[in-house]
Amino acid sequence: MQMPSPNPAILARKDALVARLAEVLPADAVIQDEAETRVYECDALTAYKCPPLLAVLPRSTQEVSDVLRICHEEGVPVVPRGAGTSLAGGALPTADCVILGVARMNEVLETDYDNRFIRVQAGRTNLSVSGAVEEEGFFYAPDPSSQLACAISGNIAMNSGGAHCLKYGVTTNNLLGVTMVMMDGSVVEIGGAHLDAGGLDLLGVICGSEGQLGVVTEATLRILHKPEGARPVLIAFDSNEVAGACVSDIIKAGVLPVAIEFMDRPCIEACEAFAKAGYPMCEALLVIEVEGSAAEIDHQLALIAEIARAHNPVELREARDADEAARIWLGRKSAFGAMGQINDYMCLDGTIPVSALPTVLRRIGELSKEFGLDVANVFHAGDGNMHPLILFDANKPGDLETCEAFGAEILKLCVEVGGCLTGEHGVGIEKRDLMLHQYSAADLEAQLRVKDVFDPKWLLNPAKVFPLSVTESRRGVVMSAA
Amino acid sequence: MKMMTPETEAELADAIANAEGPLAIQGGGSRGLSVAGVVLSTQGLTGVELYEPGALTLVVRAGTPVAEVEALLSAENQQLAFEPMDHRGLLGDAGTPTIGGVIAANVSGPRRIQAGAARDHLLGVRFVDGSGQVLKNGGRVMKNVTGYDLVKLMCGAHGTLGVLSEVSLKVLPRPEAAVTVAVEGRDLSSAVAAMSAALGSPYDVTGAAYDPDRSVAYVRVEGFSSSAAYRAERLVAELGRFGSTRLAEDSEAVWQGIRDVAAFHGRTGDVWRISVKPSDAVTLAPQLQAEALQFDWGGGLIWALVPEGTDLRARITVPGHATLVRASAETRARLGVFQPQPAPLAALSAGLRQQFDPRGILNSGLMG
Ligand SMILES: Cc1cc2nc3c(=O)[nH]c(=O)nc-3n(C[C@H](O)[C@H](O)[C@H](O)COP(=O)(O)OP(=O)(O)OC[C@H]3O[C@@H](n4cnc5c(N)ncnc54)[C@H](O)[C@@H]3O)c2cc1C
Ligand SMILES: Cc1cc2nc3c(=O)[nH]c(=O)nc-3n(C[C@H](O)[C@H](O)[C@H](O)COP(=O)(O)OP(=O)(O)OC[C@H]3O[C@@H](n4cnc5c(N)ncnc54)[C@H](O)[C@@H]3O)c2cc1C
Repeated sequence: MQMPSPNPAILARKDALVARLAEVLPADAVIQDEAETRVYECDALTAYKCPPLLAVLPRSTQEVSDVLRICHEEGVPVVPRGAGTSLAGGALPTADCVILGVARMNEVLETDYDNRFIRVQAGRTNLSVSGAVEEEGFFYAPDPSSQLACAISGNIAMNSGGAHCLKYGVTTNNLLGVTMVMMDGSVVEIGGAHLDAGGLDLLGVICGSEGQLGVVTEATLRILHKPEGARPVLIAFDSNEVAGACVSDIIKAGVLPVAIEFMDRPCIEACEAFAKAGYPMCEALLVIEVEGSAAEIDHQLALIAEIARAHNPVELREARDADEAARIWLGRKSAFGAMGQINDYMCLDGTIPVSALPTVLRRIGELSKEFGLDVANVFHAGDGNMHPLILFDANKPGDLETCEAFGAEILKLCVEVGGCLTGEHGVGIEKRDLMLHQYSAADLEAQLRVKDVFDPKWLLNPAKVFPLSVTESRRGVVMSAA
Repeated sequence: MKMMTPETEAELADAIANAEGPLAIQGGGSRGLSVAGVVLSTQGLTGVELYEPGALTLVVRAGTPVAEVEALLSAENQQLAFEPMDHRGLLGDAGTPTIGGVIAANVSGPRRIQAGAARDHLLGVRFVDGSGQVLKNGGRVMKNVTGYDLVKLMCGAHGTLGVLSEVSLKVLPRPEAAVTVAVEGRDLSSAVAAMSAALGSPYDVTGAAYDPDRSVAYVRVEGFSSSAAYRAERLVAELGRFGSTRLAEDSEAVWQGIRDVAAFHGRTGDVWRISVKPSDAVTLAPQLQAEALQFDWGGGLIWALVPEGTDLRARITVPGHATLVRASAETRARLGVFQPQPAPLAALSAGLRQQFDPRGILNSGLMG
């Protein structure tokens, strides 16, 4: 993976930059020591590492504004960072950048149950947002598997999803407003407690912009009351095709579960070996969860069972109590951990039209043989978001490259069948060079022009999302400004 | 009046590339937003590209009438969950609303509080920008974070960033049943409190509106018949503390009336649409000095009928925004249809318009 070479003029001015930042930040908020900047050398895409020039850890919107104004004046690139759990390399530094970490900005600013929103500083973790409203029976719906660690700011930048987004939507559908600092240090307020802010939908384009348009410091989020209850069912099939057809029939029948998760045989075997959830050995497993009162749940599960039976499942297991429910989820929730036990793995994130599922799984199987690497599939089946996990050995020379080449083929396949490169993890550096498979040069140019408006000097996270060759002339502005 | 009606995306691109002056983008030919220029109609761009009920996706050309889309979905027991209003009764016109017009205006009805706005159901767009370039963003799948989300940007841009040629939508099952609880409250304040309690309950309320003429708040639940009945029963019990509660007779008619602001049909005056924090509606309502008011979205959406030429924005003291939906051309020109944005946001919006429509020919001046 290529990254732009650091600008020597910036490296040479490190001390001067530190001195300026020290004027606006407390001493413990500027990190320049090499042993300490190493903490920020990568995110969860650990194959790529590079310590930043400096890291800063501001505590307020004002401090963020001061930092950005100085970096803007100095022509220094800035990479915003939440908790560093990006799987796409979104928070990967360059050697000449300042990492702006918002982890210290984690306060709850306002909770309003009557109007159903919470306003938080953007460094607050996803799970602790739900935690803050739990006592009143409320929750914040988007629930990425990384929710214990990841920050709301990272969720906004990546437009993260979660297991329950089939019903509740992803981050963008639950975000009401932000306070954002522009690269020149000016502060803007977009949206708020009311719905659908007038004017162009700037909030919509900021969400998912991977830290390239501004630094989000506060967020107003929609909160919901929890449902009365929830219960999963597990259905096993002897072919991927049949499982796919069953999902489609459930949706067509008008049942809208909160989650429909799909696992293929390699994934089931690995999870079973690791977590011993008691899954049946079969080609494809569905874990489907519905919500409501006990009677409502019974009714929906009966409908789902009726539809599933028409597809001759190998097994259909309803959870009779909380313990059985937990066991049904156990295997699915430990999928990543299970893979980690076996090997190093790369987690992909393409989306496909649900109808293309059997074709895509067959083709992934063929590619797996061609590349000589095993792959297991976990899949948000209701919305077509796939997570193929490719297993490789980081210590074996060439294995990472083979794995990346294999991954690229899978993602191209997703695009070919009418889907996209990434459903929830973002482009970062990981899928940057594949962008021209999904978009024409003109389509990408239209996106670059949006960044031109928000960040004319191209200083915010400039080496991400778009192929470097496409952004070269714009990033050139950075150099000449320095 | 000169009018262009391209029949393909390529013709649309040619029309825009070769335009010599401002273009007024028109969807269904219903009363437009009265901007100057040659009329560019999307009525020739019709037809369904793809409909997969099992994947909840519909791809359709922008000029397709909304009624056709709804009929198609209805045959599969599905619907546009954001419940777009039919504005003809309110505006007193007789055009044929198009799906492109709905998306360009981000038109969303009562279910917006639960299911989201039009923008939340828009998966992808194809459009022609102000230079005549055909562009696309998003796609036809439900989860997609590949690059910037220009899909949202195009939704609600009222044609000022480009002319939509095709939209991909997420559609949803039509619920088996809808049941509405009527709460006969004392006043706006208790109505907002009742709606807030309903929306903060576990019962997944899909509509919460208040009609001050009748002093009735309506709360809707939807789903399987047994489920909707159960939830409504719970709400009848739990909302009793805010007024007398009962099941409303004709749920569908009630919500169609709220969606289309039927209470204002046939009445003269200007119509404003105000979006605020629901609890602020209580303070704001008397300050508006309106001839008539209607409340949706738990109080967060206020429709106000005021004497012609009234500058209602001057009376609004709470955060939010007000759109002038119905008024004379003179009033619209004087007050502006859309709420002026704070300077930094206006600058960003102007910057985006400059990028997408450098000649400033698409619905020029409509949004600022
Ligand atoms: C085990 C595991 C499971 C995961 N499961 C899921 C899942 O189920 N669903 C899902 O969607 N993702 C998942 N992820 C990916 C990741 O957790 C999400 O992308 C998350 O939103 C990143 O948040 P973060 O705070 O860690 O951001 P970081 O990794 O720190 O940064 C991510 C991006 O956000 C930008 N950013 C951070 N803060 C700001 C700010 N204040 N202003 C502007 N830009 C900012 C960064 O520049 C970067 O581009 C998973 C990751 C792991 C490791
Ligand atoms: C002054 C006014 C304000 C309104 N405000 C609201 C509101 O706040 N909320 C609400 O729910 N409804 C509102 N409406 C109603 C809404 O415009 C219509 O319900 C819907 O747009 C009808 O579709 P149409 O095809 O008749 O659109 P038209 O009336 O023809 O067009 C609506 C808008 O979309 C643009 N447009 C149409 N087609 C395209 C396309 N393919 N690509 C790009 N732009 C296109 C038009 O230029 C125009 O700005 C308003 C209508 C008017 C006249």
